[in-house]
Amino acid sequence: MRKYIIKRVLISVLILFVVSFLIYLLMRMLPTSYVENLARQKSQQPGSKSFEEWMHQLSAAYGMDKGIVSGFFIWIGHAITGNFGDSWYYTIPVIDKFKNVIGVSVYMGVITMIFEIVIAIPLGIIAATHQYQTSDYVISIVALAGISLPTFFFASLLKLVFCVKLGWFDLYGLVGRNFEQLSTGKQILDMGYHLVLPIIVLVVISVGSLMRYTRTNMLEVLSQDYIRTARAKGLSEKKVIYHHAFRNTLIPLVTIIGGSLPGLFSGALITETLFGINGIGMVSYNAMVNGDIPFSMFYMVFIAILTLAGNLISDILYAVVDPRVRVS
Amino acid sequence: MSQNDDLNKDINNMGKVETEDATTRNEEYSIGDDRRVKSLSPGALVRRRFFRNRVAVIGLAILIFMFVFSFIGGVVSPYSQDQLFYRNEKTSKSYASVTKNDKYRYMADDASFDSVVQAQAMLAIVKKSPQFTFGDKTFNLTEEGKDFYSVAVNGKVIGLCYKEIFSSADGATKLDFATVYAGLKAYTNQATTFNADGKDYTIDSDGVVSKGGSEFGYISKYVVSASSSDVILSKDWKDALISAISNDDEVFKYKNEKGVEFNYELNYSPAKLIWSVKQEKETRVYDMYSQPSFKHPLGTDKNGMDMLTRLMYGGRVSLTIGFLVEIIATGLGVILGGLSGYFGGWVDMVIMRIVDVFYCIPSMPLIIILGAVMDALKVDPMIRMVYLMLILGFLGWPGIARLVRGQILSLREQEYMTATEATGLSVKRRIFRHLVPNVIPQLIVSMTMGLGGTIITEATLSFLGLGVKFPFASWGNIINDVNNTFVLTNYWFIWIPAGVLLLLTVLAFNLAGDGLRDAFDPRMNR
Repeated sequence: MRKYIIKRVLISVLILFVVSFLIYLLMRMLPTSYVENLARQKSQQPGSKSFEEWMHQLSAAYGMDKGIVSGFFIWIGHAITGNFGDSWYYTIPVIDKFKNVIGVSVYMGVITMIFEIVIAIPLGIIAATHQYQTSDYVISIVALAGISLPTFFFASLLKLVFCVKLGWFDLYGLVGRNFEQLSTGKQILDMGYHLVLPIIVLVVISVGSLMRYTRTNMLEVLSQDYIRTARAKGLSEKKVIYHHAFRNTLIPLVTIIGGSLPGLFSGALITETLFGINGIGMVSYNAMVNGDIPFSMFYMVFIAILTLAGNLISDILYAVVDPRVRVS
Repeated sequence: MSQNDDLNKDINNMGKVETEDATTRNEEYSIGDDRRVKSLSPGALVRRRFFRNRVAVIGLAILIFMFVFSFIGGVVSPYSQDQLFYRNEKTSKSYASVTKNDKYRYMADDASFDSVVQAQAMLAIVKKSPQFTFGDKTFNLTEEGKDFYSVAVNGKVIGLCYKEIFSSADGATKLDFATVYAGLKAYTNQATTFNADGKDYTIDSDGVVSKGGSEFGYISKYVVSASSSDVILSKDWKDALISAISNDDEVFKYKNEKGVEFNYELNYSPAKLIWSVKQEKETRVYDMYSQPSFKHPLGTDKNGMDMLTRLMYGGRVSLTIGFLVEIIATGLGVILGGLSGYFGGWVDMVIMRIVDVFYCIPSMPLIIILGAVMDALKVDPMIRMVYLMLILGFLGWPGIARLVRGQILSLREQEYMTATEATGLSVKRRIFRHLVPNVIPQLIVSMTMGLGGTIITEATLSFLGLGVKFPFASWGNIINDVNNTFVLTNYWFIWIPAGVLLLLTVLAFNLAGDGLRDAFDPRMNR
């Protein structure tokens, strides 16, 4: 088991290394005119460094004056120590900005995930146990509709109905206008209030796939021989489903949920941007659109790490949870 | 449910159908004759299973509608994708303003008649005293006429206080002191002639001052001034306006010598004691955000283009991009996955590690950065669209490669593959006649489901302004307008139809994909 984990971790590190190289390559492949234009714009802001200083700083940080391979090693050497340089757009160190904004994204992600699990798994089981019945069709179609909904359209619709027509929520932002005057407890409530719509959007968009996954796996388990045996023994249907079937459905569910844990840190790019929530998604979107190279590089590497960590966790969990895998 | 169960069910169902016909044919075939049972080709079976799935058929129907709407609709529509519409809009522009003078105005012939002395004169008028002193001087105040006083020092008139205003005919020439003095004196005493500087003037009852037969100026309590300096107001116009004002009219019509009628709107502001005269002018503007009408069933967008036509062309772009991306991704995926699965060994190792790496590349950030770079370099919208397809296609193949590899790995172990090997078929024939056809169902399903995802990705990017760009329409960039809160609130017809079409199309692809999967392989549950 330990050998398996070590092997997987090593492979992941290797892949991360290659992916970072590709990301670095992308940065190096940006047209020089684009980079120089950005630096020139920066240098024209009041109190900014001169154009030469910007270019010099860039060369030093990314090894622009060196070859691609040695430049990559210079950059990765800095990056490993957590030094991703200063953000161009936010004018503070990238890591500091990241620490400031990651919190709200994680809270949002955790709340969304809890809702997702609480809604998707029971409904998925109901759909599977009532296969080819009305409830199954309704649940499946609703799940598919959720998957098919474009985030930005759904978010705009909710804004129109709940912010404009009903006036229940604010159109933008994480905090209300009088946030500073509120007591700590009320401040938390205020933030929660502003997160209602974004979380609804995230839950509706993401709940469908977990629901379908639950249903598929439940159906798979229900067609197994041991379920037939359990029924043949004369167990009650309730016991068959929740005792024998559901526990086995949990194996794939646990692995997929475990694998999506790192994703909680990646933020919701579109939703955060549309609702003006200052999380990692919106911050990095603004950075990328405004040509903030240091922040974009960091964000890409960060997302790559999260993806790898997700795959790693689900692989390892699969081996831990399912004894059949461990034997083979 | 296993495949055999389902197959048996199919066969049983067919049997039922057949029995009715069979009674008539019973004499022809013996009971054990194979021809008594109609057998269907695998393709026909799939079709049967697909069409029995009502939800999938609904999906297919929506898709057919979308294709007709996008590809035929664009041709049928009377408008083109970037045809601009105009409308004539009536705008009221401020033309002139009229003030009724109720306060004394002053005119000085001498610098000593300054504002302080003017104020003293005012006080004297109110007190009706004929004399006032200020500083070391004594001023004589004479009532020359109604609301008209002159101020004199030592017998010399240095200033005038008046309410009627004497202005020159062209409005620009400054009148000299003596003329004003004489003119006002005559007018306020209802005289019809006066003489100033040796010239004779006549005044009619309307206050028109003529010199030698031609109009020289006007005397009136109303001050009419044009709002812009290039407009010269004629006396005739002014008279008509003033009579309209004294009638408390709200609309003022004026016919000039050529018989052209102009309409003006009069507004009195009691706070400022000013009548403002507004002229209605027709201007030709883009017909933007016009409400749905017979001519434009879904209104027009912010550029004055027909929304319904934009939606049709947008659908064309969205569907075309979706298809091309899927074709690129599937092509790459089949080749690399096929190589990997068939050859195994180190080829498999290398390709699968490449797939792992591609899986980790954060596609959304990557595309956003490239979009921002293309924005900065002002890449042509058409070339941009091609880049977008290539990037999306190039990022999409790893999933398909994994799927193809997995399929081929399991198919390789099947008995019939051993049989093809045993019968000595060539490698080419074995791959293309026996292996690939068995992967195709999976591919079609994954392409159908993938199309929905690709369309959403393209729409999201276009929505963010990083995908398909104006002048090309795409459902995503049509909804982009919603970023303007005013549009979100007031113009539902701009963005809701595009969103609904997008949702329906993606949903239809997913439904049809689900249906196809069930039809191809009944063993696999949704």
